[in-house]
Amino acid sequence: MEMVVSDLAVARGGLIVLAGLGFTLRGGRALILRGPNGVGKTTLLRTLAGLQPAVAGEVSLPPESLAYASHADGLKATLTVRENLAFWASVYGTGAVDAALDGMNLRALADRRAANLSAGQKRRLGLARLLVTGRPIWVLDEPTVSLDVASVALFAGVVRAHLAAGGAALIATHIDLGLDEAEVLELAPFRATAPAATAGGFEEAFL
Amino acid sequence: MIALLVRDLRLAFRAGGGFGLGLAFFLLVAVLVPLGVGPEGGMLGRIAPGILWVGALLACLLSLDRIFALDFEDGSLDLLATAPLPLEGAVAVKALAHWLVTGLPLTLAAPVLGVLLNLPAGGYGWLVLSLALGTPALSVIGTFGAALTVGLKRGGLLLSLLVLPLYVPTLIFGAEVVKRGAAGMEVATPLALLAAITAAAAGLLPFASAAAIRINLR
Repeated sequence: MEMVVSDLAVARGGLIVLAGLGFTLRGGRALILRGPNGVGKTTLLRTLAGLQPAVAGEVSLPPESLAYASHADGLKATLTVRENLAFWASVYGTGAVDAALDGMNLRALADRRAANLSAGQKRRLGLARLLVTGRPIWVLDEPTVSLDVASVALFAGVVRAHLAAGGAALIATHIDLGLDEAEVLELAPFRATAPAATAGGFEEAFL
Repeated sequence: MIALLVRDLRLAFRAGGGFGLGLAFFLLVAVLVPLGVGPEGGMLGRIAPGILWVGALLACLLSLDRIFALDFEDGSLDLLATAPLPLEGAVAVKALAHWLVTGLPLTLAAPVLGVLLNLPAGGYGWLVLSLALGTPALSVIGTFGAALTVGLKRGGLLLSLLVLPLYVPTLIFGAEVVKRGAAGMEVATPLALLAAITAAAAGLLPFASAAAIRINLR
């Protein structure tokens, strides 16, 4: 179980933002992506998740192994916390709803509608979704936004447990998660220097 | 897949989910047209098949932009696209959910509203049958339009313009079935064409819709 990225170039809005990027992520390891705003962290993660094609380079990872968590939590406001999780659990074919509720300390909120949660509680629910996916590689985009200190620690514990179970995590974040064992990848050196080339030629401009 | 269907139906029936919007619009059309046209029974009966079909079509159109826009806004469309569900299947399920929430109630309510429009007695069975055959095509074509415009702010106008010409064949053959049925004529040809449109749309468009979503999510 490992994700190998070699010589990857990714583009946002037709402009190449990152080029020549390569790293290997093995089971049990975490990799933290850092870089200033706009360097291409989200674009990179969306490319790895398969939501957009890479301009160049290769990403190799085992099939059906990746769980992606974006800025948005993908919650349905009129469903309860438990219903939101149960939906994703059945999409991924796992039944780990209760474990996920306990893991992100949502047990007391289980029957509350997502509309009535605070921003931090919504974020916790969004992260609890990762636990019901049962996927080994987590790709997380700013997972700690609007979490308080206690919840960040809780989340770091969840990630650590995931790593201990042989999983891997790729996390784009600006704050210190307290994961001392994680490697840090600074993205700024991979910033594409010549932004002139467009990603997909003429047709891409219309998509 | 079933989980997605259950979730979409649950969302539709909960507060603010939009269930009943199309039905209410259909009811408005069927109530207002007789008032506007006047009490001349023969005239109403003649235009009833067309009015009922146009009403059902516009009622379908009303809720199309909700199919993907809400999922796009809260990020669940991204997550669905990375989930183990094939996107083609997810799109087909969403079209089915839209039909169950819009097309099916319209089909069931149509005979009652036919009375308001003085539809001739022979037309009721054909009205229900033609709507049952034709409204799935409206949902599937509409889902394709929604997939093309997902991510556009205020894409509703563009969506209506894109989808309307695609709705025309269904409208023509659907209304034709009811018109001929009410007059006691042979209906096999328009009925077969209506069914063919629905079958082709349901078989092909989910693939086109999934491709459109993949491009729009980039």
